[in-house]
Amino acid sequence: MSGNQHTERRVRPQAPGRLKHYMTVVLVLLLLWGSAVQTESTLSELIEGLPNVLDLIRQMFPPKWSYVRHITDAMLDTIRMALLGTTIGAIAALPVAVLSASNLTRTRWIYMPVRFLLNLVRTIPDLLMAAIFVAIFGLGPLPGIFALAVFSFGLIAKLTYEALETIDRGPLEAMTAVGANYLQLIAYSVIPQIQAHFASYVLYTFEINVRAAAILGLVGAGGIGLYYEVTLGYLEYNKTSVIILFTLAIVLIIDYLSSKLREKLL
Amino acid sequence: MSKLGNASIRRPKKNHYRWLILAAVIAVYVWAIAGVPFNGIKETAGQISRAILSGLLSPDWGYVYLPEGEDLLRGLLDTLAISVLGTAISTVICIPFAFWAASNLSRTRLISSSGKLLLSVIRTFPEIIMALLFIKAVGPVAFAGVLALGLHSVGMLGKLFADEIENMDKGPVEALTASGANRLQILWFAVLPQVLPGFLSYMLYRFEINVRSATILGIIGAGGIGTPLIFALSSRSWDRVGIILLGIIVMITLIDWISGAIRKKLV
Repeated sequence: MSGNQHTERRVRPQAPGRLKHYMTVVLVLLLLWGSAVQTESTLSELIEGLPNVLDLIRQMFPPKWSYVRHITDAMLDTIRMALLGTTIGAIAALPVAVLSASNLTRTRWIYMPVRFLLNLVRTIPDLLMAAIFVAIFGLGPLPGIFALAVFSFGLIAKLTYEALETIDRGPLEAMTAVGANYLQLIAYSVIPQIQAHFASYVLYTFEINVRAAAILGLVGAGGIGLYYEVTLGYLEYNKTSVIILFTLAIVLIIDYLSSKLREKLL
Repeated sequence: MSKLGNASIRRPKKNHYRWLILAAVIAVYVWAIAGVPFNGIKETAGQISRAILSGLLSPDWGYVYLPEGEDLLRGLLDTLAISVLGTAISTVICIPFAFWAASNLSRTRLISSSGKLLLSVIRTFPEIIMALLFIKAVGPVAFAGVLALGLHSVGMLGKLFADEIENMDKGPVEALTASGANRLQILWFAVLPQVLPGFLSYMLYRFEINVRSATILGIIGAGGIGTPLIFALSSRSWDRVGIILLGIIVMITLIDWISGAIRKKLV
């Protein structure tokens, strides 16, 4: 390589190498191919299965609307579970959120392990949690409520501690300056700053929990999910479609109300 | 609210309806708590939770790798493969939906809001229910899980992609239009370079969610680690439950970590 070329290169920069992009594409294609082999997914199987899907959808319509009467109680149970699960989780999340916020808990040895535990709690999906709680407490809505409570606890605690870390330091310093103790500090300078956010997070978690509670019945943890297996098992697809549409309607209504409330709060 | 600024020293007025609201909230909770059939916790509950805990602390390490198949590693690999394929399928499907729902690219409001509505309907349809329906179509195999994740993720990815398109800079599009580029050229040289990092980042984010979802698909028989977990739970082999839970926790933590690092680089 001569010095002449070197100066020329400095004048006209070369386009960045494409090799990295090609390698990435090849890697992704290999990954997809490997996944397809592992799950035995083929396009021909999809094309073979497609008539079955269409047939299933045809059997789902028209929905048997009278079935709504049978599942209204289960739907109300679902909402109850979501409500109680969210509440228990929210109450438990409050002290933990304070413990994991680095501006309120100054000791690294406290807030780092608490955050680590929170991350661990959030790795376990709610349906798995419900399956475990069903094994412990037996069938019924109680394990479902506990599973939702654990899930809500993880989510609300994380969102709240992140909000806590962004609060204004002024009121905290003012309270410290007038000699307030730790509890007074929390009550008069932290809570007023955080309560609207906290309420909004609780509502948001409630929205998620209504959706989650609607399927917990699949593992026997109460709510409307149980009826999926009942109707699918007896091949009554026109009833299954009623469950799906009913759940969809309730979820959309709750989402709408909750998002309106959240807009008002913030 | 605006009055607060003028007279901030005065105490804010209390809402007249707050007692009513309080009463309503209490009524809702009374309704909720009264509706839960509480007939005592099973007397074996403490014993079983101790057994699960001891299972977590002394897991069945032998299950990690079994030469004849159906072990932890293969289950986790299955789960990962389902989420990779599901994410890939939904990314491909959702791109046209995203352009349909983005309000700055469609001519009338009606088109983009109909796209948004469709995406939110897809979103509210849980993946596990989709998997139940696909199992009826293709049988209780991992492929049903792949299809369920692929379809369900379209709802969220489509919305996030549409938001990304709506947030892009108009400048390059106008520059290309001015120089006489056709629609395809605009898409390729002005839109795509702007939205690609965001798309990839959202795709990875959805992949993280899909890994979690794929672990539960097995509960209804749509492949992945959920099936051995539900078998271990019903046969009460707690040390096996322990090792599977540990495997899931480790896998999800690793995936979150790797994907988070890549996403930080992308955006």
